[in-house]
Amino acid sequence: MLPTLNREQLMDLCRRMFRIRHFEEKLILLHTEGRFSGHYHVYIGQEATGVPALSCLGPDDYLFTTHRNHGHLLARGADPARLLAEILGRRDGYNKGKGGTFHTNVSALGFFHTSAVVAGIIPLAGGAAYAAKAKKSGQITVCLFGDGALEEGAAPESFNIASLWKLPVLYLCENNGKYGRGRAVGAVRSSTMAAYPLTDLPAAYKIPAQQVDGVDAGAVHGAVSEAVKKIRQGEGPQFIEAQTVRWPGSESNWPVVPVPTDVSLAWDSSAVPEAVKEWYRESDPVLTFVRELVEGKVATREEIGQVEEKVREEIARAVEFALASPYPELETALRDVFA
Amino acid sequence: MREIAYYEAKLEALREILAADERVHLITDTTTGFLGLSPQRTRFREIAERYPERVISPPISELASCGLGIGAAMAGLRPVVDVVTASFIFEAWPQVVNEAANAFYMSGGQTRAPVVFHVLHGLRGGGAAQHSHSPQAMLWNAPGLEIVLPSSPRDVKGLLKTAVSTDNPTVFLDHGLLFDVRGPVPENDERIPFGQADIKRKGKDVTVIATSYMVQRSLTVADRLASEGIDVEVVDPRTLVPLDFATLLASVEKTRRVVIVDECRQSCGVAAELAARIAEAGFDKLKAPVRRVTTLDVPVPFSRPLEDFISPSEARITEAIRAALR
Repeated sequence: MLPTLNREQLMDLCRRMFRIRHFEEKLILLHTEGRFSGHYHVYIGQEATGVPALSCLGPDDYLFTTHRNHGHLLARGADPARLLAEILGRRDGYNKGKGGTFHTNVSALGFFHTSAVVAGIIPLAGGAAYAAKAKKSGQITVCLFGDGALEEGAAPESFNIASLWKLPVLYLCENNGKYGRGRAVGAVRSSTMAAYPLTDLPAAYKIPAQQVDGVDAGAVHGAVSEAVKKIRQGEGPQFIEAQTVRWPGSESNWPVVPVPTDVSLAWDSSAVPEAVKEWYRESDPVLTFVRELVEGKVATREEIGQVEEKVREEIARAVEFALASPYPELETALRDVFA
Repeated sequence: MREIAYYEAKLEALREILAADERVHLITDTTTGFLGLSPQRTRFREIAERYPERVISPPISELASCGLGIGAAMAGLRPVVDVVTASFIFEAWPQVVNEAANAFYMSGGQTRAPVVFHVLHGLRGGGAAQHSHSPQAMLWNAPGLEIVLPSSPRDVKGLLKTAVSTDNPTVFLDHGLLFDVRGPVPENDERIPFGQADIKRKGKDVTVIATSYMVQRSLTVADRLASEGIDVEVVDPRTLVPLDFATLLASVEKTRRVVIVDECRQSCGVAAELAARIAEAGFDKLKAPVRRVTTLDVPVPFSRPLEDFISPSEARITEAIRAALR
């Protein structure tokens, strides 16, 4: 369903979802061409979680994210050109080429620190929330992580403290394993957790926890805005598990694009390879959202096509910018060790 | 100048820091508060009671507590997290060496994490293998952390004040056996800058570079050897990161003999690093090989005679000084 927002806001969500999708499809291509080194993770398939969820936040709120950060940064308004420059290790990257895909952060947008260590940010998010509470600033912290993070000890230790001290933090767990290994039994389980459903873990620490369909932008928006309201009212931490179906392009360790996304796929999947057709028909959050916009008479197919076209142009400019940005001067490797 | 006990200087610093800056929060067991299990620990209670909203007892969760301190520092506070026994910092290792140490660098200079981690390190008598660590050398292998090792009442107060005022994550390694040491402490708001070594005793025959409690032990040895006509200079780096190597080297160049005393293990320890730097920069000035006195490369045994046997004892320091003078 569509989030209860006006047309302009809904079209803005649409633009941001396309931005993530086309940015990352291009990124995969750049990696295939050998334009950057190292392992990386994409957010494709989770756009309808990050985009509506982050739209519920204020400009001063804090966020912490992980190795799967591109979608979060773009959803929050990061410049695709500087993000891409960072991933390519260039001088104009947000982190001057020192962070890369694993650690891109934009402190001006509230992202202090991006950790590629599973669950590394969960303790930090509690700290930022602690600071906001101490300063009575009204800011909340959103901690974005995957289902695997719950397997690390950092998660329960931090949940315990956040609950005891009623810290203003939203734990948004993105479980991209729906129908993963447990497909035969319809289980939502991609990891090895005795606490199942995953909400059992935060619930043990008396943190209100709920599950939401992460492909459903309206459901995510509703759950997150309600949770954010409760946190701002001083009720303490909240936990939401957003369930998405893993994008088939992310099933191997090195992402591949089975079919380039185009708005037309929302109504005609004949161009989609048979093996992945089901995902693009049933579980693609961007195509689902686009169909809902048209069915809800928010926009026509043509209007959405124009939004997508503008995003494509923007991403093309970002690629041009990033590739033109020089590598950092070698001696900069020795700077920024200490403030 | 008035003389007070080390633990009093430390408590005075905490009181003054809390009064001066409301961004300072102490995450600590309020029943032990920065003094571990020492008999003086009850003296912290008065501070905890005065600032109930800024002196907070965490659960037994070093990982989450240290991470909380880092996150709170990123968001504008000046937290001091008391990990108590230094061996427990290993429970928080991923947060200290992989999050805090890297934050400023990997953000390309965007994110500051001015958190202080406080620990009590070293052989304390009966700590056995799991409560006796000196992790300063391991920490030194994580660029991005400031490392502080106070050794006197004046230093603990002045260095603690600097620790909460710098913009970097800092590990403050104190030593429980220092708490009763008495010494002069000015009544003003003295801050001792990081990266400034202190010559604790002037001498001309041999340089002893010592850290933390080993400074006090070396001073005792130096006083004893003075009666034999051996004039020992004791130099205390006070902070390993940043390191005032120039002062250490100048002393070595003057005496041309050096003994390094630190409670890390011998292999890859603080003494090993300092010895290498001295060899690289001052080899031609040395009249004798660099000598190291450290904790021996074994786990720490419980039995007291065995613990004393592996420790950088007065006897071993004395022996090393005599060897350096031969």
